[in-house]
Amino acid sequence: MAEFTMPSLGADMDEGTLQEWLVRAGDRVRKGDAVAVVETAKSTIEVECFETGTVGKLLVDPGTTVPVGAALALIEPAGEPGAPKEREKPDKPKKRRRGDEARPEEREAQERRPAAQPAPGPAKEPVPAPAGVNDGVRGDEGPLIRHLAEQAGVDLDAVHGSGPGKRVTRADVERAAAARRLPARITPLARRLAGELGVDLSGVTGTGRDGAVRAADVRQAAPGPTAPAEQESSGAAAASPSAERRPAGMREAIAGLMARANREIPHYYLSTTVDLTAAMDWMHEYNRHCPPGARLLPAALLLKAAARAAREVPALNGFWTDDGFSAGRGVHLGVAVSLRGGGLVAPALHDADTLELPQLMAGLKDLVHRARTGRLRGSEVSDATITVTNLGDQGVESVLGVIYPPQVALVGFGRVVERPWAVDGLLGVRPVVTATLSADHRATDGAVGARYLTAVDRFLQSPEEI
Amino acid sequence: MGTGRADERKTTYREAMREAMREALRADDRVFLMGEDVGRYGGCFGVSLGLLEEFGPERIRDAPLSESAFVGAGIGAALSGLRPIVEIMTVNSSLLALDQILNNAATLLHMSGGQLPVPLVIRMTTGAGRQLAAQHSHSLEGWYAHIPGIRVLAPATIGDARHMLAPALADPDPVLIFEHGSLYNTAGELAPLSSPVDLDRAAVRRRGTDISLITYGGSLPKALAAADELAADDISAEVVDLRTLRPLDDETIDASVARTHRAVIVDEAWRSGSLAAEVSARIAERSLYELDAPVERVCSAEVPIPYARLLEQAALPRTADIVAAAHRAVD
Repeated sequence: MAEFTMPSLGADMDEGTLQEWLVRAGDRVRKGDAVAVVETAKSTIEVECFETGTVGKLLVDPGTTVPVGAALALIEPAGEPGAPKEREKPDKPKKRRRGDEARPEEREAQERRPAAQPAPGPAKEPVPAPAGVNDGVRGDEGPLIRHLAEQAGVDLDAVHGSGPGKRVTRADVERAAAARRLPARITPLARRLAGELGVDLSGVTGTGRDGAVRAADVRQAAPGPTAPAEQESSGAAAASPSAERRPAGMREAIAGLMARANREIPHYYLSTTVDLTAAMDWMHEYNRHCPPGARLLPAALLLKAAARAAREVPALNGFWTDDGFSAGRGVHLGVAVSLRGGGLVAPALHDADTLELPQLMAGLKDLVHRARTGRLRGSEVSDATITVTNLGDQGVESVLGVIYPPQVALVGFGRVVERPWAVDGLLGVRPVVTATLSADHRATDGAVGARYLTAVDRFLQSPEEI
Repeated sequence: MGTGRADERKTTYREAMREAMREALRADDRVFLMGEDVGRYGGCFGVSLGLLEEFGPERIRDAPLSESAFVGAGIGAALSGLRPIVEIMTVNSSLLALDQILNNAATLLHMSGGQLPVPLVIRMTTGAGRQLAAQHSHSLEGWYAHIPGIRVLAPATIGDARHMLAPALADPDPVLIFEHGSLYNTAGELAPLSSPVDLDRAAVRRRGTDISLITYGGSLPKALAAADELAADDISAEVVDLRTLRPLDDETIDASVARTHRAVIVDEAWRSGSLAAEVSARIAERSLYELDAPVERVCSAEVPIPYARLLEQAALPRTADIVAAAHRAVD
C-alpha cells in the first residue's frame, strides 16, 4: 500500500485543504491522474497521484485541512499481491464537508451505487443513450471523467466520445454539462452581450417569458463594481465553489509572498540590452515554412535562452531555504502569466532548457491557456526553479521584478524595439530587447548575475543552436 | 381654402390630400385626375370635391366603372407624356386593375430596355373600420409592396397626405398611394414643410427606448395611442411610421431596433404573408443580435372583415392589443 499524501504545492505552503475527491475507493488510477482537488492559500489545484493502482481507502474527508505530507489516501499499486481483483464498495459514504452529515437517503443512494461504473440505479435518471452513441467502451474513461460526469449530472452513456476509441474526454463532459446547465432560452441580444461582457450564461437566471435570459439579466450578472471577484472566476471553474473566492485569496497570497520577498531577499539588479537581429531573422525564416498555428513568437526564443543560461549558471537556478542554497533539479522555468481578472501565477514549464523551440512554444501556449482557465497541475505550481517575466507585450521596455521565494532569481524581458545600434563601427537600426536580472544577493554576487545575462545574450546570437 | 401657405393651420387629411392635388394640377398642366365619381360627385370619399369646378372636365375626368379600362388609360396617358393621377375607390376593387398595374405599369420600363417609363400615380383607399363589409375593407397594400417596378406609399399623417403627392408625381415610375379610409377625417395642424418628403425614408413619429412599434397608415394613430398608454406603465415606446412600403427603409428599422431591442409590428392586413411578415423577417435577418425578445405582430384576424360593428372592431388591431404585445415583449 502506498500513501497518497498532501503535496507541497509551493515552498511556502505548509498545509492544504482537501477540497474534494475526484476518485472513490476501488477506482483504478494511473500515475498522473488527477485524484483530488486541494485548495491552498493561493489557488485551487488538481493534484495528481504518483502511483498506478487502485484506490484503497480515502483517509481524509473533503473540507479537512491537513499539513503537507499527511496521508490522504492509500493506493494499492498495480500488480501487487493483495491488490483487489474486484471492485470494492466504498469504505464509507463520501461526506461533503466535515460536520455536514449526508442525509440517510443520500447515503443509501451513494452506497447502492457501484463504485466504478456509471450509475445504473434509480439514484439518477440517466438520459437514454441514443442508439449507436458510445456503446462498448464504457468504464474506460478513468476516474476523473466519471467523477466530473457524475458531479455535473451528465450520463456518460449519452455523451458522444471524441477521444481515442470513442472515449469520452473531459471536454466532452464539460460540453455536455454546459449544455445541461445553460438556461433553456437566451435571447440573441443576451447571448451576444454575454460574449461581450464575459458572462458565463450557465449561472444566469432568466426573468423573461418562459424563463428566457434577457439582456438585463446578463448585465445584472456582469462583473460590476459590486461583485467583481465572484464573476471573474465563475467561467473558469464553476464546479468548485472555492474557485469563486480565488481572486481575493490570490491577491492576499501575492501580497504576502511579495512582501516577504522584499523584506527577506536582498535583491540586486542587472540589465543588458541584447541585439535580436540574428534571433528575429532566424525566427522569421523559420516561421515562413510553418503553418500559422505552429509559428514561433519572440517569447519562445527568449524563454529558451533564459532556460539554457540557467543551466549554464546553476547558482541562479534553485532555492534559498534554511540559510542555504540548494540547486534545482532540472531547469523548470516559471512563466509569469497575468490573469484576466487580475492577479498572477507563475507555473513551471518543465525542463525548458531541453525543449525544442516548437515544443516550448506549444508548451507555453498550453500553460498560459490553462493558467487562465484555472486548470494548472500541482507540479506546475510548485516546481519552478527560476522565473521569467515577459512584459514586452504590455509595451514596457524593461522590468525589474521581485523574486518569487524561495527562488533566487527572476529574469525580465521587455518589448522588442527597433533602436539605432552600433555594430562594427557602423550605425544601423536593430531589433533589441532589454534583459534584466533580479537576483538574491544571499545566494550569488553580481559577477554570477553578469555571467547569466551574458549567456542569455550569447544564446540569442545563435538562435539555430538554442 | 387657402393655397399652400407656409404657416401652420388647421386642416384635415382629406383636405390636405385635395390641397396636394390642387397644387399639382396648378403647377403642371400635364397633371389630370381620373377615376370613378371624382368629378361631379366630388370623389367617393369627397377628396376631389370642388376640383371639377376649378379645373374643368378635361382634367377632372369621371371614368366608367371599369378599373382595368381607366387604369389602362392612365398608363397610356403616362406613356404619352402626361402625369395622370388615377383614383381607385378601394384596394379591393383595384384587383380588377391588377393586370394593368402588375403586367403593364410595373414592367414596361424593364421590358422596353428603359425606353418606356410610366410616370403614373394611382391613389386608392384601403382598410376597414367604417362598416363597409368584406368587399371594401381589406388591406392589400402588402400585395402591391411585393411588386418590383412600383413604389408604394402609405401617408398616415396630414403632413404626408399634403406633401407626398408632389414627389410621387416627380417619380418617373408608377407610384401607388394608399389612403386609409379612417384617416380622412383626421383633423390637425398642418406644419409648414421644411424640406421635401424623402420617399425612401420611414419616419420616427415618437422617440422611445424600450420597444419599437413599427407600423404604417391607418394603424399609426393606434400605435401612438398605445405608446401613450405604455408611457403610463413606464415603458418608453418608439413609433416608426414606415410610410413607404416599397422600398422599405431598412436603415430606420435597424436603427430603431438597435435602440430598443424589441419590436412590435402593427399591420391591419392579415398576418400570413403580410407586410408585417416581411418587416419581421428583415429584423431577423439584419438585427437578430439586437433582439432581446421575440418580434411581436399585431394584425387583423384572418377572416373576411365583418360588417357588424363590434365584430369588425374585434377583428382589427386595437390599441389594447398593441399595448398587450408590447408588454409581452418587455415584461
